[in-house]
Amino acid sequence: MSSRIPLPYSPRVLELFQNPQNLGRMEDATIVASAGSPACGDMIAFYLKINDKDTITKSSFESYGCASNIAAASQLTIMIENKTLEEAWNFTWNDVSEALGGLPKVKTHCGSLAVGALRRAIRTYFKEIAKTSPEWLPGVLTKDEKHALEEEALAEKLGKKYKLL
Amino acid sequence: MSDIDKLLDQHGKAITEVYLDWENGSKIEKEVLDAMLPFYLDRKFGNPAITHRFGWETYDFYMGAKKTIAKPLNINPQSLAITHSFTESNNLAIKGIVRANKKKKKIILSEVEHLSVIHSAKSLYGEGVKVEIIPVSNDGVVNTDILQEKLDDDTLLTSIQAVNHEIGTIQPVKEAFEIVKDKNEDIIFHTDATSAFGRVPLDYSKLEVDLATISSNRILGPKGIAGLYVKDGIKIRPLYEGQLSVEILSPDVENPALLSGFAKAVELQFDKFEEINAETTRLRDKLLYGFQTTIPRTDINGPQGKNRAPDNVNISFLGCEGEALTVESSMKGIYASSGSACTSRVLMPSHILTAIGMKPEEAHGSLLMKLTRINTEKEIDYVLETMPKVIERIRSITGGISL
Repeated sequence: MSSRIPLPYSPRVLELFQNPQNLGRMEDATIVASAGSPACGDMIAFYLKINDKDTITKSSFESYGCASNIAAASQLTIMIENKTLEEAWNFTWNDVSEALGGLPKVKTHCGSLAVGALRRAIRTYFKEIAKTSPEWLPGVLTKDEKHALEEEALAEKLGKKYKLL
Repeated sequence: MSDIDKLLDQHGKAITEVYLDWENGSKIEKEVLDAMLPFYLDRKFGNPAITHRFGWETYDFYMGAKKTIAKPLNINPQSLAITHSFTESNNLAIKGIVRANKKKKKIILSEVEHLSVIHSAKSLYGEGVKVEIIPVSNDGVVNTDILQEKLDDDTLLTSIQAVNHEIGTIQPVKEAFEIVKDKNEDIIFHTDATSAFGRVPLDYSKLEVDLATISSNRILGPKGIAGLYVKDGIKIRPLYEGQLSVEILSPDVENPALLSGFAKAVELQFDKFEEINAETTRLRDKLLYGFQTTIPRTDINGPQGKNRAPDNVNISFLGCEGEALTVESSMKGIYASSGSACTSRVLMPSHILTAIGMKPEEAHGSLLMKLTRINTEKEIDYVLETMPKVIERIRSITGGISL
């Protein structure tokens, strides 16, 4: 191919960027988790309110990131509303991307980062609050979680590189 | 309705629009278009290398227009190669010199050169070329002490920009030139003057650089045409082969319409050089200090006062991601660009901003605006009135994420 595809957002991305749903810090959250790094220009924080039936009754986000990042985080909070943690866990970046009307290829990591942050929150919830380990929760890190970790590792590497220059 | 149409529909169009992204895309004025149209529609469109009336007429016009463009640089018009873009000019300057002068292998350039310079030099690794990169100060000023240290008997070419395109640093080109020529007269000195042409005085009869890049679109001339000054006697090879044409270094069918537009833009910019630059400087400072006064947690990137190019506004808004900032500004009718990673499709922020020692998270929040002779005070007032709301909204999305 001799021409590059630029960054056309779907109207849904712009809509959620203009009017993000479930934006902001949640003071009474059951669990908070973040993913990404400001050094990469992409960071998402997720706040979940979870009831005693392991259902997400409320969720919200904050984002230091581009319009896709903001839209992906907001879209995911809409998707997980009143879902059990197991149901929420099963959303993939592909589901997020699809719900957004498709993310430009170079922005797929934005969807991935949102899913990574959510899964990190769910994992932390079982580890630190419920102190159980349900059967459906994989023992090893999933692709989206690894992606978030990779991005954080890359940020650290870049940080070191800049200091060397 | 296509997806992009739906996107634009969702975006809407602000009542007031202020275009300040001249770094990435420019338009032309009616006068420039009027200067171009006859060459497309009715006259002097012949090939200036051909022996018939149309050819000769075009040749005559062509050389006259080159004279107009060469005049502000005070150079021989015959020494000005016309190319298709400043990217081509910079490629030609680096690769053309290396391929015509095979004995020496070292190129020295600064860390904040345009990517067309840096990538051209690095593309020659396979041809045995060594590239030395000189660091800059926190204001983006090339470190001439290190330049001096790096010069040796193997140095073929030094390339130092005249003005930095992102943060407006006016570089000590004269000093760098003297250091290089004191070391060895034979070391070739190229300066990428793309962002300097029309903004700061350049006189290459006094400062005898060997090569200099200039561009039409940066002074609101048409895109698709630029220049490379090559001093007489410098050995250089074209980047590609073609037919016999007027332009030896860019062999092609010459485009008199584009050249006419370029020449008209030169007239418009240089006939009122001082007036235009005094006014853009005033608007520049109004923007820079206006942002600093009305918006908390802002940092001006690059030097201030007379060491900064008259057209350059580059400022970081901490706690804002730059891509989100450009989208939000766009919906308010303000068009600018950012050094954020997300706008450049890679995870790296602008190499200029990291070179001046900014942390990546500061670079991600940068906004670049440029001023031209067609921007007005009214526009700047609108930007100053609107941007605090833009920043406030983006910061509200960032919320408590600690940076």
